[in-house]
Amino acid sequence: MKEVKKYIAGNYDVVVVGAGHAGCEAALATARMGMKTIMLTMNLDSIADMPCNPNIGGTGKGHLVREIDALGGQMALTIDKACIQSRMLNTSKGPAVHSLRVQADKKKYHTEMKKVLEDEPNLDLRQGEVVDIIVEDGEVKGVVTRTGAIYNSKAVILATGTYLRGRIFIGEVNYESGPSGYSPANLLSDALKRLGIGLRRFKTGTPARVHRDTIDFSKMEIQPGDEEVVPFSFMNMEKDFHIDQVPCYLTYTTEKTKEIIQNNLDRSPLYAGEMEGVGPRYCPSIEDKIVRFPDREVHQVFIEPEGLDTKEMYVQGVSSSLPEEVQIEMYKSIIGLENVKFMRSAYAIEYDCIDPTILKRTLEHKGIKNLFFAGQINGSSGYEEAAAQGLVAGINAALNIRGEEPFILDRSEAYIGVLIDDLVTKGTNEPYRMMTARAEYRLTLRQDNADLRLTEKGYRIGLATEERYRKTLKKKELIEEELDRLKRIMVNPTEENNKILEELGSAKIKNPFSLYDLIKRPELTYEKLKVLDENRPDLPREIRLQVETHIKYEGYIRKQMIQIEQFKKLENKKLPMDLDYSTIKGLSNEAVQKLNKMKPDSVGQASRISGVSPADINVLLIYLEQKRREKKENSND
Amino acid sequence: MTDTIAAISTAIGEAGIGIVRLSGKDSIEIANKIFKGSKIDELKKAENRKLTYGHIIDPKTNEIIDEVLIAYMKEPYTYTRENVVEIYCHGGIISVRKILEAVLESGARLAEPGEFTKRAFLNGRLDLAQSEAVIDLIRAKTDKSFQVSLNQLEGNLSKKIREIRNTLLEMLAHINASIDFSEEEDVDDVTYMGLEEKARLVKDEIERLLKTADRGKILRDGLNTVILGKPNVGKSSLLNSILRENRAIVTDIPGTTRDIIEEYVNIDGIPLRIIDTAGIRTTDDVVEKIGVDKAKDMVNRADLIIAVFDVSSELADEDFEIVEIIKDKNAIVLLNKSDLPNKYDKDYFTELLPGKKIINTSILEGVGIDILEEEIKNIFYSGTVNIESDIVVTNMRHKNQLVKAKKNIEDGLEGIKANMPLDCIEVDIKACWENLGEISGDTVSEDILDKIFSDFCIGK
Repeated sequence: MKEVKKYIAGNYDVVVVGAGHAGCEAALATARMGMKTIMLTMNLDSIADMPCNPNIGGTGKGHLVREIDALGGQMALTIDKACIQSRMLNTSKGPAVHSLRVQADKKKYHTEMKKVLEDEPNLDLRQGEVVDIIVEDGEVKGVVTRTGAIYNSKAVILATGTYLRGRIFIGEVNYESGPSGYSPANLLSDALKRLGIGLRRFKTGTPARVHRDTIDFSKMEIQPGDEEVVPFSFMNMEKDFHIDQVPCYLTYTTEKTKEIIQNNLDRSPLYAGEMEGVGPRYCPSIEDKIVRFPDREVHQVFIEPEGLDTKEMYVQGVSSSLPEEVQIEMYKSIIGLENVKFMRSAYAIEYDCIDPTILKRTLEHKGIKNLFFAGQINGSSGYEEAAAQGLVAGINAALNIRGEEPFILDRSEAYIGVLIDDLVTKGTNEPYRMMTARAEYRLTLRQDNADLRLTEKGYRIGLATEERYRKTLKKKELIEEELDRLKRIMVNPTEENNKILEELGSAKIKNPFSLYDLIKRPELTYEKLKVLDENRPDLPREIRLQVETHIKYEGYIRKQMIQIEQFKKLENKKLPMDLDYSTIKGLSNEAVQKLNKMKPDSVGQASRISGVSPADINVLLIYLEQKRREKKENSND
Repeated sequence: MTDTIAAISTAIGEAGIGIVRLSGKDSIEIANKIFKGSKIDELKKAENRKLTYGHIIDPKTNEIIDEVLIAYMKEPYTYTRENVVEIYCHGGIISVRKILEAVLESGARLAEPGEFTKRAFLNGRLDLAQSEAVIDLIRAKTDKSFQVSLNQLEGNLSKKIREIRNTLLEMLAHINASIDFSEEEDVDDVTYMGLEEKARLVKDEIERLLKTADRGKILRDGLNTVILGKPNVGKSSLLNSILRENRAIVTDIPGTTRDIIEEYVNIDGIPLRIIDTAGIRTTDDVVEKIGVDKAKDMVNRADLIIAVFDVSSELADEDFEIVEIIKDKNAIVLLNKSDLPNKYDKDYFTELLPGKKIINTSILEGVGIDILEEEIKNIFYSGTVNIESDIVVTNMRHKNQLVKAKKNIEDGLEGIKANMPLDCIEVDIKACWENLGEISGDTVSEDILDKIFSDFCIGK
């Protein structure tokens, strides 16, 4: 083959490779932070594509979306425009785990996101397949496309999703492909290997899409959205937010489904041993579920629309890599799908990804300056996880170029911090998904207070807008005022007041009580106590929610704050990246090995590396103190 | 370093005095809570760096633990450059342990290995060269305590702790599954009743373990060892022989009756509390009967019985009674006076007491004592010692963790009863789970996720 003649196609601050959820956030962040940015994608039609489930949010994930929004990211704003059903999950549980999940019109989401990208003044969109990364003296200098275009840049963000050497499996059939029938990226993997970056195989899967008119909904349970719809973006909070909602449906597999799968297991590439990739436990294929939980007679199946302008329906819960004919037979055994017609088959996809422990907490490669990685290439899964990483990579690329301090959120500040710390410190053996159970400080990291936690940070780095910042300040002020007021308003033990309390199912009072203290009683709420609060100001829903949460869970939150304080102490002890741990006396051999490989940025991060013991951490603390004193002594000389 | 740490600063064992030391901002305040002076009623009122006489009072029972001399030293002119209190009490094991417990109960935290020295260094008290020594200290002590944790004796405790943690893990997995996968059909709702039941179970188990710590078993009081045998078989000679060769820890324990002699001895690191019974003899004499009843009581509570028989004379009814008593117990059989003509042999006893270790001895000649000691060690390290509850908390650090765990599960129970939301309750349950993990050395939170995925069919 003739060698492609290369040419200089442009000079940029940042090149973003990939236009999925990670790429979109990364490119918008750098552009909005003043960096001249180009986004390269193999296909402009795949911008912000959702090749799997048609929803955004859910437990843990919803938290991420709110945090992205609070920092000045895009996902929440766009999904608020493309939302066709909204539900707040876990409302029966505590406020910390309330999670927003909405159904997306996929096409609309793509179109809206593309519009935002196109309108961004500092951002160029360009179709093209990146096949090489230019690195000189340990620093990234740009990328090369398949057609010979060289884009020089100060930073490169790789957000390639599941495209790297993508391979689709449907029964005995397998072929090179990206998701949703898009082309795979077969050449970039080799470029990464040339840079000494190891690759491994992960897999994921998706169910079939079926024709709406061939479904018998009368046999299914309808699943409507919430009556009161809450927007994702804090910017839309006080607005009159309205959407036209469409329902989803719930149905079940049958004994026959199980039988069909069991009879055809040998034709599944997973069980025939043809796939090497590791799949996620939380998102198993239907054949996985049948094998692992043989006692379960039936499994849930959700039918969800892919959008308003299409009759394609997503069949949640039945992802599979069985042969096409088996899939069709199996789907027809599901209640209500007896006459179903397939539009797209279910498939499993295998792809290359990196071991994320080679990254810093900024998502920059530890050895190659200004080369960033974000999204599924890092071994994560999910649109929201990808977007969160894209945002952090984008912010840090911009800060690096500006020569400013890196932007790192720790585990006590955000789910984003938990996500990235987990990935780069512990690594992952399966596609990583966010869950609230992964967050140690769940009570303080709520989706309702993401703006209070993060917007100021986003504003300081120049990403969150002035308007957003002011809005958050106002919210803070209102909450504090109301908390103060509730502390001041005393309820006296009059006969009348006690009668009201009794009616509310609460015990009488003998001494004056502040409203603040009364709200603490489990049986009382902020709303219920309105009867004893004549001059209560008319506050927005989100403020009332914050006030109530703050008071009700004060004790628990305080406990968590103490834990966070402890946690921060080690987190604030910074370790230099160029430290050779074998020179530190007293570390165990295993610790030296792990620490030299991982190069943690703080003693806190070091303490989370497996194989590093509390004794090793003590040794590190003493070492740091030695260094500090040596420095002091030298400066005294 | 805002918390206050405490530890026993003198070596455990034979010593005239023992020292318990506190360091940290609140150390004077904490010591003040448990100290009652005779002239100066409050420690705070005493002079800096001067010894004061008084008593340490158990904060739970208000009883006197020991008479002591106490001194506080104000920062920064102390070893650690923090407020330091030193309590000088009677030596041996019991006094220092009880005082340390009282201090911990009153707000101090047990010091980690080398922590006083570490603080001294971090607060600028030691120079750089000395800091090397600090690292060695941390390393050495940790490695040692690591070895200890591998010890079979603690194996039983770890096993029990893991059992309790498993219950907690089930609760955590269920709560977290119901939060993170609320729409999965397989994840049924967590009921508060179910949670309460499990939390109570956990609380009971922790309390039971704490009781074993309070009773002060093995490493604190020694392995309860009873020497049994009819008169004149050589019991006293055996006791004297063991005492002669080994280091006696405490020789004078108040409360010893005239019928029962208690001795503390340390055989290669294994502390024994040896009880020489006045002899089991059926008697109608009321006065003597009390002594005999006591002996039987001792036998029932023993961790180990050494039964001595006179092989030079025919077995008497009393001997058969002893055989009966030790049948189902942890016992070593000594066939003494084996230098004299034997009336029966080892095989005869093997039939009587299958599975028991039988040793031919001549205590007066010093024959077989080494084998006996070897066997005691075997029994101790192989974990066959069948201590009352089978599980003992001997380590103060462990006890400390258990106290924390108990507090957390109690908070959790309170939350459950008050119908607090699951994510709040989870905070306490998880804290309890982590406290216990510090004991067994398992603290990986990934376990919760593994449990969720193995127990519940997750995956929409």
